[in-house]
Amino acid sequence: MAEFTLPKNSKIQAGKHFPAKGAKNVRTFKVYRWTPDDGQNPRTDTYEVDLDTCGPMVLDALLKIKNEIDSTLSLRRSCREGICGSCAMNIDGTNTLACTRAIDECSGGTVNIYPLPHMPVVKDLVPDLTHFYAQFASIKPWIRTQSPAPADKERLQSPEDRKKLDGLYECILCACCSTSCPSYWWNGDRYLGPAILLQAYRWIVDSRDEDTGARLDDLEDPFKLYRCHTIMNCARTCPKGLNPAKAIAEIKKLIVQRRSA
Amino acid sequence: MSKDLRNPLARARGLGSAKEGVGHWMTQRLTALALVFLTLWFVITVLGLMHADYATARATIAKPWNAVLLIALIVTMFKHAVLGLQVVIEDYVHTRWLEMTSLVLIKFIAVLAALTGVLAVLRIALGS
Repeated sequence: MAEFTLPKNSKIQAGKHFPAKGAKNVRTFKVYRWTPDDGQNPRTDTYEVDLDTCGPMVLDALLKIKNEIDSTLSLRRSCREGICGSCAMNIDGTNTLACTRAIDECSGGTVNIYPLPHMPVVKDLVPDLTHFYAQFASIKPWIRTQSPAPADKERLQSPEDRKKLDGLYECILCACCSTSCPSYWWNGDRYLGPAILLQAYRWIVDSRDEDTGARLDDLEDPFKLYRCHTIMNCARTCPKGLNPAKAIAEIKKLIVQRRSA
Repeated sequence: MSKDLRNPLARARGLGSAKEGVGHWMTQRLTALALVFLTLWFVITVLGLMHADYATARATIAKPWNAVLLIALIVTMFKHAVLGLQVVIEDYVHTRWLEMTSLVLIKFIAVLAALTGVLAVLRIALGS
């Protein structure tokens, strides 16, 4: 059955408190902590950060914590400008990128920071995305053609056809959408989830791809595709402002289109 | 607990695509569309029978169009209910035997319930 309470060893306990002594402009961050090494339950540590000596983004605060307050904190980050997708996490109740979420955009006093929901945790804010990436590989996200490539030029695409990729190609696979989707929480082992389905649609609508039928065949499955119940959390949470739910709806429409009603 | 040594891609690909699901999706929407009209008709008909006696109600159902629409409502409703319940069970019940048992059970129950309803309407309509 679906589990509505956390298992005993996952119950979150109160953690340590790190006050900011002598600081005037203080914001409090409550951060999920868990390490596989000590056999302890997860806890939330509270860090007070002096905003006068901190950058404007949540990632700045996290790095300040790691650099100056508590070096044991683990998180992924790379580009710090919203293009690599590494620092995806649950901030202030919403999955988003720590590097593009401003601290003063967060509601209330304390900013709660957790890893992406319903994924196995490697440590602290680092989720295990192995299955997510494997699902991405399973849709064969590359151009598949029957015709040989033109010898002297690239495969051409009209500006209109190129436009169809707008709103799709921007996806950075940060997994914010998939991990915000209840269907993905309950059936993520088989349901591909919004991110992967958006990526699949990106190849389905690409005018240069010649394997559309096989792509639709691979997706037409009660679990891989039809677990989407248009809950729309994906579109709400996407830090790049994309709409995976629409891409999924388009896939469903194409599958209807190739049969009779 | 032994570690799963399969490649993550093998796990993600699983048993592959069932190559079905569009039928379920389409039928769920078509029955929903039909139910909009059938339910509207049903509510209006029932409201019209508000203070009627038993004989009047029976006579109303016995009218051919009313009988046909009522049977259509019963069949469509149970079909739609089974499709919806199936999704709920697939979403939330993850114990395999329990999932299979409940999926089969709701289908049996729905068919029996629909047949019962249809027979009731037919008996009134055909006057036996």
